[in-house]
Amino acid sequence: MYRRIMNGLYLLPLVLLAAPGLAWAGEAQIDTGDTAFILISAALVMLMTLPGVALFYGGMVRRKNTLSTIMQSLFIMALISVQWVLWGYSLAFGPDQGGLIGDLSWLGLNGVGQEPNADYSATIPHLAFMAFQMMFAVITAALITGSFAERMRFPAFVAFTLLWSTFVYDPLAHWVWGVDGWLRNLGALDFAGGTVVHISSGVSGLIAALVLGRRKGYGSEPMVPHNLPLTVLGAALLWFGWFGFNAGSALSASGLAASAFVVTNTAAAAAALSWVFAEWIRHGKPTVLGGASGLVAGLVAITPASGFVGPIPAVIIGLVAGVVCYLAVSVVKTRLGYDDSLDAFGVHGIGGTWGALATGLFASRAVNPAGVDGLLFGNPHQLWIQFISVLASWLFAAVMTFVILKVVGLFFKLRASEDEEVQGLDITQHGEDAYSDMVLGAPVSRIQSLSGSHSTVVTTREAGV
Amino acid sequence: MTKIECIIRPGKLEDVKDALGRFGIHGMTVSQVIGCGLQKGRTEVYRGTEYSINLLPKIKVEIVIADKFVDEVVKLITEAARTGEIGDGKIFTYPVENAIRIRTGETGESAI
Repeated sequence: MYRRIMNGLYLLPLVLLAAPGLAWAGEAQIDTGDTAFILISAALVMLMTLPGVALFYGGMVRRKNTLSTIMQSLFIMALISVQWVLWGYSLAFGPDQGGLIGDLSWLGLNGVGQEPNADYSATIPHLAFMAFQMMFAVITAALITGSFAERMRFPAFVAFTLLWSTFVYDPLAHWVWGVDGWLRNLGALDFAGGTVVHISSGVSGLIAALVLGRRKGYGSEPMVPHNLPLTVLGAALLWFGWFGFNAGSALSASGLAASAFVVTNTAAAAAALSWVFAEWIRHGKPTVLGGASGLVAGLVAITPASGFVGPIPAVIIGLVAGVVCYLAVSVVKTRLGYDDSLDAFGVHGIGGTWGALATGLFASRAVNPAGVDGLLFGNPHQLWIQFISVLASWLFAAVMTFVILKVVGLFFKLRASEDEEVQGLDITQHGEDAYSDMVLGAPVSRIQSLSGSHSTVVTTREAGV
Repeated sequence: MTKIECIIRPGKLEDVKDALGRFGIHGMTVSQVIGCGLQKGRTEVYRGTEYSINLLPKIKVEIVIADKFVDEVVKLITEAARTGEIGDGKIFTYPVENAIRIRTGETGESAI
């Protein structure tokens, strides 16, 4: 293992000096251990969206919206996988254009092959790096769905997701991770996506919740989770998949990956404890939903820091994340009155912001020599850089999401009608029922043969829908 | 004939069924219902938002018996379903005009 780290260190200056687009065919060599680890990590991150986020969110909605919520994650998994291969990867990681976005030279994965790419993946196939990053693009779009759950029409959701990934996620990923991206050049640290994944999805979720407005009956009717066991199952899969998300972001089967693995688990655990205890103290009961929400908040917060901090800072980051996110969803949301249905903003926006800033506090070159020291290790300037990256991510995500929603709104109805919302999106958007234990009626083909009149059948169907 | 409809605590269903079974009554309709009465609701908390839940889950048991047994059966159910605390439930009795067994077409008391 020591040898691997030394190999990594040896390559580092070469990587840093590499001019964009320069081929490194001679130097780069595939490491089978790294490649195996990254492919498995990519599969772990895939699991976070489907079924992780799908079940986490699916259990938290009312039963009439279960399928529509799950379908959003399922559909994003499919849609963004294709988008990423066609143009998303090129925009995010293709040769730099002014520090803002990649160009289109890797369109359709043109030139992205089995050989390593010295800039991004000196020891694994470029395709493995691309696939790993694809799963990040997928889950980021899926996280937003928590904010507009239970009220967005499906066609508008599809258009929004496609535009959002293309015009928010892809550029932001380029800023932070792309070679010559401006935030990367500024020195912003984001190991696995605190700004790119969590701030961007959380803040965009908040804007979507504000543009769409509150759910009908919000504040007067009970809007309680219909199946918390599903939510816990989803949260557990998120925790499991997050090992691929954070440890895999080391892009090598190395000591750094092990370090990221340990701090990821530690922060998730600490945040689950602090959220549960905060709720226990305030409401008298340690809730299961609090435990599930807390662990996710901890995972979110450690994400940007996971490759730069040691285990004790991970405990602190987790403990603070649990309490801060709990207060954000229970106190701040209620005070301000916005309806962030499943708290994508409260957990990912707030947790991601805390994590990005905490990275500027706790980062240490003792953990990752390729990183920099944070405030607590004598480099206060890093906190300032982190602050700039947070601010830039917030502003960019907020403005772009607002514009995209307005544009989509010109062509599609964003929000379900009052009647559709009352009936639920499962029946009205998808024509299915998650819990069809009491289905009354008969197959339409049978009704047709009984009545012999097509027009009657059409009327019946319309009345039912 | 009389229909006895009782709303009881979910945890008392087995006791009531046992008591009815020992008396020789094996036919009944049981439903899960929610309702409110004197019993106060409870508070549930989801991510820090408190909800007052005042409709509580109960079990509704419906049986139809010959009039001469009504007093005795009501007494049985009352004893089986009682805890002495608020929330034990209620029993209602209604006159029944007729009963028909669908399989045989029998009517009246022989159908129940």
